[in-house]
Amino acid sequence: MKLSFINACKPALYGISTAMVIIIALGCGVIIGETTIKIDTIWHVILHEAGFDAPEVNTIDHGIIWSYRLPRALIAMCCGIALALSGVVLQAILRNPLSDPYILGLSAGASTGAVAVAILGFGAGQLSLSAGAFAGALIAFAFVGLLARLATGNHPSGTSSLALLLAGVAGAQLFHALTALIIAKSADANQPRGIIFWMMGNLSGSRWQDVQLAVPVSLIGAVVIYCHARALDAMTFGREAAQAMGIRTKQVTSLLIATSALLTAVMVSMTGAIGFVGLVIPHAMRFIVGVRHFVLIPASAIAGGVFLIVADIVSRVLISGQTLPIGVVTALVGGPAFAIILVRSSRADSA
Amino acid sequence: MQIQLKNISKSLQGQPILQDISFCLSSGESLAIIGPNGSGKSTLLRIMAGLIASDSGHVMIGDKPVNTMSTRATAQILGFFSQETSTTEAISVHEVVKLGRTPWLSFATPFGKRDHEIVTKAMMTMKMTSLSRKRYNRLSGGEKQRAQIARLLAQAPHIFLLDEPANHLDIHHQMTILNWVKKHNSTMVLALHDLNHAFMCDKVAVIDKGTLAAFGTVDEILVPDIIDPVFHVRTKRIIADGLAHPILHFCNADSS
Repeated sequence: MKLSFINACKPALYGISTAMVIIIALGCGVIIGETTIKIDTIWHVILHEAGFDAPEVNTIDHGIIWSYRLPRALIAMCCGIALALSGVVLQAILRNPLSDPYILGLSAGASTGAVAVAILGFGAGQLSLSAGAFAGALIAFAFVGLLARLATGNHPSGTSSLALLLAGVAGAQLFHALTALIIAKSADANQPRGIIFWMMGNLSGSRWQDVQLAVPVSLIGAVVIYCHARALDAMTFGREAAQAMGIRTKQVTSLLIATSALLTAVMVSMTGAIGFVGLVIPHAMRFIVGVRHFVLIPASAIAGGVFLIVADIVSRVLISGQTLPIGVVTALVGGPAFAIILVRSSRADSA
Repeated sequence: MQIQLKNISKSLQGQPILQDISFCLSSGESLAIIGPNGSGKSTLLRIMAGLIASDSGHVMIGDKPVNTMSTRATAQILGFFSQETSTTEAISVHEVVKLGRTPWLSFATPFGKRDHEIVTKAMMTMKMTSLSRKRYNRLSGGEKQRAQIARLLAQAPHIFLLDEPANHLDIHHQMTILNWVKKHNSTMVLALHDLNHAFMCDKVAVIDKGTLAAFGTVDEILVPDIIDPVFHVRTKRIIADGLAHPILHFCNADSS
């Protein structure tokens, strides 16, 4: 009786603890930085912005919290959710543990698309940037997928791990070069987002209108992916096995690849290409919560969001007076993690 | 459930793989599909499972063509076992077997008590209960194959389609799987390499260069007159006291 009561409360408990973790992470993102701000100041600002009566906070602190740190932390969270979920989807569908939107060149393609839209001038609004990035990500995925297939031939077991990774390297380099070329060619002094931004990522441009796009996109993406948790589970033994278990693999694969490309593209158009989140987070979560996607998807989403908030804090405080591109921090964690996963998965293959 | 093939043909890149294959298997019967390498056995099995579309002809389950049924409805009736079952995921045996319930579940019908019972029973039938928590990737070849068949049992299809279920297994595990085939009273279709294994089935279909060279009962088909020209061997059929079925012995057709 007592046990069933606890079981019934489990989802609620998970929900509450998740919400608390996210709020604490967001709070840290707002508190920590060059200027130290007290917690009650934050509370007053939020109350004030929500239209309640609250003591006046001085305008500088108010500006730092409301116009700078809070949207920045929210964008970091959405970006972490989106990239981690893209990683989960790509790893399951491509059946390659080293898949990640950054490694497979999706992020690079999205950068190229966004830069092309911004500089060749199809309007520089956030929506058109995102649309350009989405097109770029899809083109990059098609390019990498085609290259990998050409390299492996018509092998029945699908695309080999190594060929896919090498194709990803080729794709990422090619699209990074295109991005650099377009930026250099335009040489527009008014173009604030330079090559480093698109290659390493940077959250300093985060504004509330970005949040208005990032939050719904990442939430809808997460829901779409979560609804296909069982299909992703069924792909454990490949697409043919999934189809034999009643999954419409073609439709599901196209939908989920498009969703992860969209998630990646929207985030890249706001923050540039942040690497390794989609690789590190899903693997860490598999290690902790297991491989079932019903648990893995929410766990990766939360961990991804929190990870990027923390990475952003680190990027701001690591060197005082200077903000590192957030991609430097994620790569410092992700590079070694990539090496570990590479060694472990090749050992598992040869065993 | 009865499965019937009507004039199945399939070409890949202009090369005919299967030509005009028709046969009918009654409910509860088991069929061995035999033929030399590259004769089209695996393709035929995949067409029967609805995984590949044929260029012409129909696979009928009862009186319904498979290609008019939804993927999910097909998976509730047809279970398919393939040799290519590797994964990089650290998934446990129990979770592998649970995957078998996929065609019966949806977002509205989550994994329930009945599903648990079916999974537990499937694990017991394949003697996998003690390995339940073990990682699939750490199993031996025979254990992996048994885990996959347990998954198929959890799927609870009416018709089993098995592509080389006893390949690469030691003799003990071959017998485990073949005895299960013999005892189980569902309709079964097996693509087989070892012709002696075909004696476990009721009927045999011989595929040669994409055509149905012969179809009939085990005693009609597994005889030198039919086997020799297809496989280019000389077959001796040995019948001895105490053996459950005859044994085929082969020697090369060229040697005298």
